[in-house]
Amino acid sequence: MSFDLNFIGILIGAIMASSVPLILAASGELITERSGVLNLGVEGMMIIGAISGFALMVVTDNLFFAVIGSMLSGLIISLIFGLLTQSLLTNHVATGLALTIFGIGMSAMIGKNFVGIPGKEFPLLFINLKESIPFLGPIFFGHSIILYFAFGLPFLTNYFLKKTKTGLIIRAVGDSPTSASNQGINVTLVRYSCILYGGAMCGLAGAYLSLIYTPQWIENMTGGRGWIALALVVFATWSPIKVLIGALIFGGITILQLHMQAVGLRIPVQLLSALPYIMTIIVLVVISRDSRKIKLNTPTSLGQIFYKEK
Amino acid sequence: MYKLFLRSLISALFLLGFSINANAEFKVGFVYVGPTGDHGWTYQHHEGRNAVEALGIKTTYVESVPEGADAERVIRQLAQSGHDLIFTTSFGYMDPTNKVAKDFPNVKFEHATGYKREHSNVSTYSARFYEGRTLLGHMAGKMTKTNTIGYIASFPIPEVIRGINAMTLAAQKVNPDIKTKIVWVFTWYDPGKESEAAQALIDQGADIIMQHTDSTAPVQVAEKAGVWSFGQASDMQRFAPKSILTSIIDDWAPYYVERSIAARDGTWKQQDTWHGLKEGMVAMAPYNSAMGSDLIKEVEQLQKDLASGKAHSFTGPIYDQKGNILVAEGAVADDGMLAGMNVYVKGVEGDIPQ
Repeated sequence: MSFDLNFIGILIGAIMASSVPLILAASGELITERSGVLNLGVEGMMIIGAISGFALMVVTDNLFFAVIGSMLSGLIISLIFGLLTQSLLTNHVATGLALTIFGIGMSAMIGKNFVGIPGKEFPLLFINLKESIPFLGPIFFGHSIILYFAFGLPFLTNYFLKKTKTGLIIRAVGDSPTSASNQGINVTLVRYSCILYGGAMCGLAGAYLSLIYTPQWIENMTGGRGWIALALVVFATWSPIKVLIGALIFGGITILQLHMQAVGLRIPVQLLSALPYIMTIIVLVVISRDSRKIKLNTPTSLGQIFYKEK
Repeated sequence: MYKLFLRSLISALFLLGFSINANAEFKVGFVYVGPTGDHGWTYQHHEGRNAVEALGIKTTYVESVPEGADAERVIRQLAQSGHDLIFTTSFGYMDPTNKVAKDFPNVKFEHATGYKREHSNVSTYSARFYEGRTLLGHMAGKMTKTNTIGYIASFPIPEVIRGINAMTLAAQKVNPDIKTKIVWVFTWYDPGKESEAAQALIDQGADIIMQHTDSTAPVQVAEKAGVWSFGQASDMQRFAPKSILTSIIDDWAPYYVERSIAARDGTWKQQDTWHGLKEGMVAMAPYNSAMGSDLIKEVEQLQKDLASGKAHSFTGPIYDQKGNILVAEGAVADDGMLAGMNVYVKGVEGDIPQ
């Protein structure tokens, strides 16, 4: 591996690009979980977003519609989850798993006619100075608008949860839905909104894959990234800023692995792909030793069904 | 009364079953590892199936069948549902194919790229893709400016290693400074991973991207980065019109037609087929004019020589990475050695993963 500065810049740029879907999906899921809802359907919502975005791009030939459409479809599919868990009070874990399986099957069916169609070039946000500035060029330029949005999102999410009234309400609902309800907060409505927001972000994460990262549609193209995003939320101990750091670490593992191979270093590929999960388990073990740290951000009512007696 | 009804129902079903069996027309089944729209490996097998279907022979196919337990279930199901000839079109179907063949001695099986023929009803067939790789190596050696060739490899099996070696040997012949960088992705088809691998190779200085995986993602990455690339299995030119120099095309249609007719007419016999440029099972897509007419002429001549047997992809002296001689000067590697190839030749970087 040549260790000149420009090469490191290129490497960082590649790692950033590969972490975008993780940041988007995990930030969305984080809001959902902070309201006390555990939605394991991230992978399913992402893949639906991916096919909807790509299909709309092919049909309308308009990338703006494609991106908005992918968010809407993620939102619609998460609405199913909302109806089941919030209105019909089904188990969160089982419903989320079902949503993933449904999403993968459904996307494959819709995607039948879109296999093998080349994607469209996504416009870059700024003038591309990637080549002209060494080191910093490949880090800051040559990316799509969604990447910049993704890197701002964790900070926005952090501000939203900590400094706004709505954020406080979401946290209250996640920590103690009963008390929140007694304060006059409509717990079900808050949770519905958070589920829909999470769905839209997962849809966008999927669209990033099918429209920008690998501009084409392939069955199962999310390739387990939804599960890594889920692990990432836990890894980040429900803190948005740590989601960003974790996504860069997890994205970095994939990219570095390929670079190490290209220079002839050998590390078992299987071990590296398991690394995000191993790290999540380690973090869980570490935080569970210090109960104050868990209490800080963990939504206490996570995954519990809330039912208001009338 | 109820029991009588049940009994007659069962016997009626049996009769129905028998009559279906008696009238069963000749059917051919295909098992694919990827989707028919991959525009690579599976797409070409599907084209072969279309040629069989065009003869008026009934065919069925199952796509995106993972190599493993699922494969056996699918193959068994095809055998059970009255297919007379079944093509299993990926290396990983080798053991499942032989296992099912044992239980269905009247069904004929054709396994692509494998070497196990444990029962008399199993044939194997493959193409000498490495002849195409030799041509690619020649072009790569001439076209590279950075002297670095990036190679995206799937699984460490002889077929893939043979391709890497054939390409490297041919490239070395025209450009002794050539380096081959290899990234193993451990999948036949994962566009996300394939494009990340292509990008990593380009970032490390490769200006030629070659793939032994099935999706069009690597050539698309190459097109975007402005480096040369080669299509795999089918003509991928329209996915990267500027970047692709040529594609190795697998043409299975004549073989599928011949074997289907033989099975239908009862003349099918077990065999091991390994066809190349000569028979047309390996073909080359049109050469990119960006190479210049001189190089195109050279490559076309080499293609003719490989087809006629005047040239061979593995002509000695060939050394392994440690410098031990593999093929003596003037000799050519025999098919046995090619089929079991499991070492890199000199000039390839890195080790074969275990």
